[in-house]
Amino acid sequence: MAISAKTINETEFFYGHKACAGCGGSLAVKIALKVLGEKSIAVVPAGCMSAVGFNYPQLCFGCNAIISTFAGTASMLTGVEAGLRAQGITDFHAVGFAGDGGTADIGIQALSGAIDRNDDILYICYDNEAYMNTGIQKSSLTPFGAKTTTTPAGKNIRGNIRPKKNMFEIVAAHGISYAATASVGYLPDFMKKVEKAKNIRGTKYIHILAPCPTGWGAAANETVELAKEVVDCGLWYLSEYENGEFTINNRPKEFTSVEHYLKRQSRFKHLTDEDIEIITNARDKKWEYIDKHFAK
Amino acid sequence: MKPYLRDHAPTSFDEIPDSTSYEAGYLVTKNAGWRSVRPVIDPDKCVGCLNCYLYCPDGVIFRQGDKVSVDYDFCKGCGICQKICRLGAITMEEEK
Repeated sequence: MAISAKTINETEFFYGHKACAGCGGSLAVKIALKVLGEKSIAVVPAGCMSAVGFNYPQLCFGCNAIISTFAGTASMLTGVEAGLRAQGITDFHAVGFAGDGGTADIGIQALSGAIDRNDDILYICYDNEAYMNTGIQKSSLTPFGAKTTTTPAGKNIRGNIRPKKNMFEIVAAHGISYAATASVGYLPDFMKKVEKAKNIRGTKYIHILAPCPTGWGAAANETVELAKEVVDCGLWYLSEYENGEFTINNRPKEFTSVEHYLKRQSRFKHLTDEDIEIITNARDKKWEYIDKHFAK
Repeated sequence: MKPYLRDHAPTSFDEIPDSTSYEAGYLVTKNAGWRSVRPVIDPDKCVGCLNCYLYCPDGVIFRQGDKVSVDYDFCKGCGICQKICRLGAITMEEEK
């Protein structure tokens, strides 16, 4: 039976945590652990999820969980998997939850190594598009134009001048067993992907876009709407990579307004019409590529 | 089943774990004080679509029979449930 809100495990495995109200990252962790079940070992590097999940003396994870070094999420997952396998334990899921900085900047080497060895691990990157835990610094997954504390919006330079790194396709380029993109605005799709990854042996990578109300400058109740709208306006896409093939899961017939999506967040408030045009053109170019190279 | 607040919170050093935490899911502090508004579910309007249960970042909305209920000890009052509910069965009420 397909996994849905009705069939998903009712037990909560990420509960009582201290994330900001409306946190997208905690929603991704909550859902992933509900799909994977009690026999998962969560590896969490420095970042929001370790700061909010481990509050001595309480542990807000309902399964085994451990904090890794910032750069070592994937290598610790490798160790967890190898250690349990050596003890003859097979019915478990080693799952990592790293943020965008912990994945695309600091942890990319360890992740690349784990994919190369094809270790049987699931790596989930919850992408809130900056180092939110330390106070909103730019990461390589921060999109063009976004204002962060290290890319302030001034008169001459308006926020981040570099585009978002294409982490999903970088991971796929390794020839990984399974990679996917998701959004917390489309949880049934994310659940399906985690369920699929659960049954694949080898390295799995899921990149989920998770809005951060604090860092994005939006109301706490807008998290899910934003995560939906970013997909609907074409700035993010839901896709999968398997057996050397890319598949697009959700091709919007018509994109919603990019400007509407950007202007509801205070990190993009300073953008001029030209900036929005640059972003819209980049989106159209990306979709031209997707339509040409991704299967439907 | 869902994790719950333990009745007994540690008060002395002897009761504090010497490892990095208590066992998984051992919760001793609430999040209720974070809230300025609380979601109230109208059971007559709720049809049990479970969207709020799915999209709650804190997992505080749980299934009860064929409907849902809120664990107010841990709800932070973000209001995502109110926005996701297509039937308008959830209203946010001011905390007094």
